[in-house]
Amino acid sequence: MTERRDPHDQLAHVLGPSAPEVGCDACFEQLDRYVELELAGIDADASFPGLRAHFAGCPACREEHDSLLALISGDAPF
Amino acid sequence: MSTRPLPTLEGVTSPPHAGARAPTTGLDPESREWLRCLRADGDRDPCIARLHHLLLRAARFEVARRKASFAYLRGDDLDDIAQHAADDALVSVLRRLPDFRGDSRFTTWAYKFALLEASVKLRKRSWQGRELPLEPDVWSLFASDDPSLSDAAEQAELLSAVRRLIAEELTPHQRSVLIALAVNGVPIDVLAARLNTTRGALYKTLHDARRKLRARLEQQGFSTQMEDAT
Repeated sequence: MTERRDPHDQLAHVLGPSAPEVGCDACFEQLDRYVELELAGIDADASFPGLRAHFAGCPACREEHDSLLALISGDAPF
Repeated sequence: MSTRPLPTLEGVTSPPHAGARAPTTGLDPESREWLRCLRADGDRDPCIARLHHLLLRAARFEVARRKASFAYLRGDDLDDIAQHAADDALVSVLRRLPDFRGDSRFTTWAYKFALLEASVKLRKRSWQGRELPLEPDVWSLFASDDPSLSDAAEQAELLSAVRRLIAEELTPHQRSVLIALAVNGVPIDVLAARLNTTRGALYKTLHDARRKLRARLEQQGFSTQMEDAT
């Protein structure tokens, strides 16, 4: 279990992001293009509104975003 | 390249010319070549084996990123997770190939399936055999070891209102999902599997519960503007 003892942080998790957000399915559909725009230095949030807020509300999608960004930005050695 | 046999693809391998909706003009040469070989008539096995190799690299990357959280797993166990993730991602990529629109490089598009499968498997592994906390004592929410965090009057009133709204305004299902995901940190894939539903459906429930809480709080004069969770 993840301990979230700070009540303010816990409250932020309970209430979620205040900005409009997409759902997990839409996030997955747009994730590849979003990450490529980020790496190109283009405003990905303007092209895909609602994704950044979703990352704030959904730890799983945020993790997958961070992993894809790390993977293709480093073209990592395996 | 892995010597393990590829997963059974009977019935899931896209037929030749699958992905034909994807524009080939404007694609980078590598993506064009992936589409060409995966759509090719005849023996596509070498191309599918290369795709599996690509997906396995991505799955191993994800496992390596998270292995510190799985100190109790041996290297063989972790690689087994990566192998199964690559197998499942291969099936997904081939099944979804007609949906590839060429908005990104093919490899970026394919990688996300491998990362998804690997991360879901790791999350499920970490919660294997554990009981999910679905029915908490709402009144114990927002308790802190540090009294200074919860003693501020303006915060205490807000926290009290949230506790009451969770108990009184949410449906039992919304309450269980909210508490499990947002308070107890149960991974959404783990909860989806236990409740026999999908990640998308669960997030919709979470989102609806959050919106209801925010709306009720604002009706009662509370500000719900705060920094997003970390």
